[in-house]
Amino acid sequence: MTVVATCRITPQGCVLDGREVATGTLPDIYRALIGGYPKFFKMDPLCRLGFVAAELLLRDLDDATRAGMAVVLFNSMGSLHADRAFERTIIDPAQFYPSPATFVYTLANIVTGEIAIRHKISGETSFYILPAHDPEQMRLLTEDVALTSPVSHALSGWVEYVSDDEYEADFKIYRYD
Amino acid sequence: MIVSIADNIITPLGDTTAANIDAILDGRTGLRRHDGLFGLPEPVCASLIDRDDMRRRFGELCDIRGVAPDGYTIFEQMCVLTAVATIDAAGIDGGSPDLQLFISSTKGNVGLLADDMMHPGYPLGHSAMMVARFFSNPNIPVVASNACVSGVSAQIAAVRALLAGRCRHALVIGCDVLSRFIIAGFQSFKALASEPCRPFDAARCGLNLGEAAASMLLSSTDVDDRWCYIGCSNHNDANHISGPSRTAEGALRVIDDLHRALPDVAPACISLHGTATMYNDEMEAIAIHRAGLDNVPVMGLKGYYGHTLGAAGVLETVLTMAAIDRGIVLPTRGYADCGVSYPLNIASHVREVHGDCFYKIMSGFGGSNAGIAYRRTGGVV
Repeated sequence: MTVVATCRITPQGCVLDGREVATGTLPDIYRALIGGYPKFFKMDPLCRLGFVAAELLLRDLDDATRAGMAVVLFNSMGSLHADRAFERTIIDPAQFYPSPATFVYTLANIVTGEIAIRHKISGETSFYILPAHDPEQMRLLTEDVALTSPVSHALSGWVEYVSDDEYEADFKIYRYD
Repeated sequence: MIVSIADNIITPLGDTTAANIDAILDGRTGLRRHDGLFGLPEPVCASLIDRDDMRRRFGELCDIRGVAPDGYTIFEQMCVLTAVATIDAAGIDGGSPDLQLFISSTKGNVGLLADDMMHPGYPLGHSAMMVARFFSNPNIPVVASNACVSGVSAQIAAVRALLAGRCRHALVIGCDVLSRFIIAGFQSFKALASEPCRPFDAARCGLNLGEAAASMLLSSTDVDDRWCYIGCSNHNDANHISGPSRTAEGALRVIDDLHRALPDVAPACISLHGTATMYNDEMEAIAIHRAGLDNVPVMGLKGYYGHTLGAAGVLETVLTMAAIDRGIVLPTRGYADCGVSYPLNIASHVREVHGDCFYKIMSGFGGSNAGIAYRRTGGVV
């Protein structure tokens, strides 16, 4: 596998192929560099984070490459931020107001679905939870996709949203050799 | 080749694969109405594990093995109990560096958030390490968390690790337990049926939730009188995060891939997801029809266990293997009259099976679809 492009987003800013391209919150980065996709504002923070990083990496790829690529994402906390948000709506019997719009984001793999919808990716989408950030394990699980499917590229990486002060997307586009 | 060496299922219907098949053939279901479950205002029809019994059995196991039982949640206890049964049946060492763990779960210990929003036991990676630690297994466990397709995803990850030669044995464990969190969420979706669910039936009105743990040991071996891995596939619908494709794009691609893996052999049966929601079952019928497999016998097992979330893909794969070993296609409990646009070859009674290959397919939130095909080599016993 060869790394074709990289994107890393943290509260400190957004770095594309080693060059800082934006700073600020995720909505700030979205407005500065993307725009035109109102559904972004319906997403939970984990999906917003993955969406922005994926968008900056995928938008210049041609449709055919995107359609067949794999999306393989990882983190250690799953959908923690959304789970806490949903838990707050059910914890008090006097204020019990569970909503499907919140609950749907309590699945970690929804971020892979949001990316697939945006880029019309009909290839594999997989989400794995690891005990810790483990670049070697992530690379192996991504490389393995080619063992069972004819895939030319993958969007792969870490996407973790703990709080507004603690989040990280570290994505790569790989080309399979 | 990659073969399934041993398996186990723990559900309210039994704690071995054989006991579960017997219970299904007796027409039993784990689904019951529960009032006031987890303090929720509405009654719930669900299939629940006896937690006291699990704790007792886990305690006994720890006594025998000399392991401290402290700190294991009910979710982790169930993972360990099913894993021990499978590893012991396979006669391998759980601590071997040749063995890697692949766990399938959607929500793991999410119930702990009710006690503490910062609970250290929350992460699924923590649970996976607890299970690996029970066996003193040195390898990093991988958790597949892809909503309803997780159980097939974990099998696919395990198969690939074996194909890559990184391990000789891959233990796949599927487990989820219910909580106030999960049930309130599905209730908010208006997805739950108040009675036992009716997959593919005209009167179906939603799903039931259930608890289970299931495991299977996949190994690289030359021995060929086993269930042998044939092919796998994973495709996104790229359509909607919480509803399946109206044209079943992803599921169709999955079935077509599985067919390409063994093009000259029609599957003896297809084990469907069959949640008994309007949309899922209709989508699966469209996929089967578009794939030209309308005549292949199909089954859905949610009428016995409900939707067991991360366990379902493993549970239903193991049950399908065991059923074909007995020469049968399992009944689809709750089915009576066709309620999908393209009639399926489905029945509420036991049928004889003809052939030695099957597909297990799943679809879920996030637009995910995944499938895996196995074939009984050396002839059906």
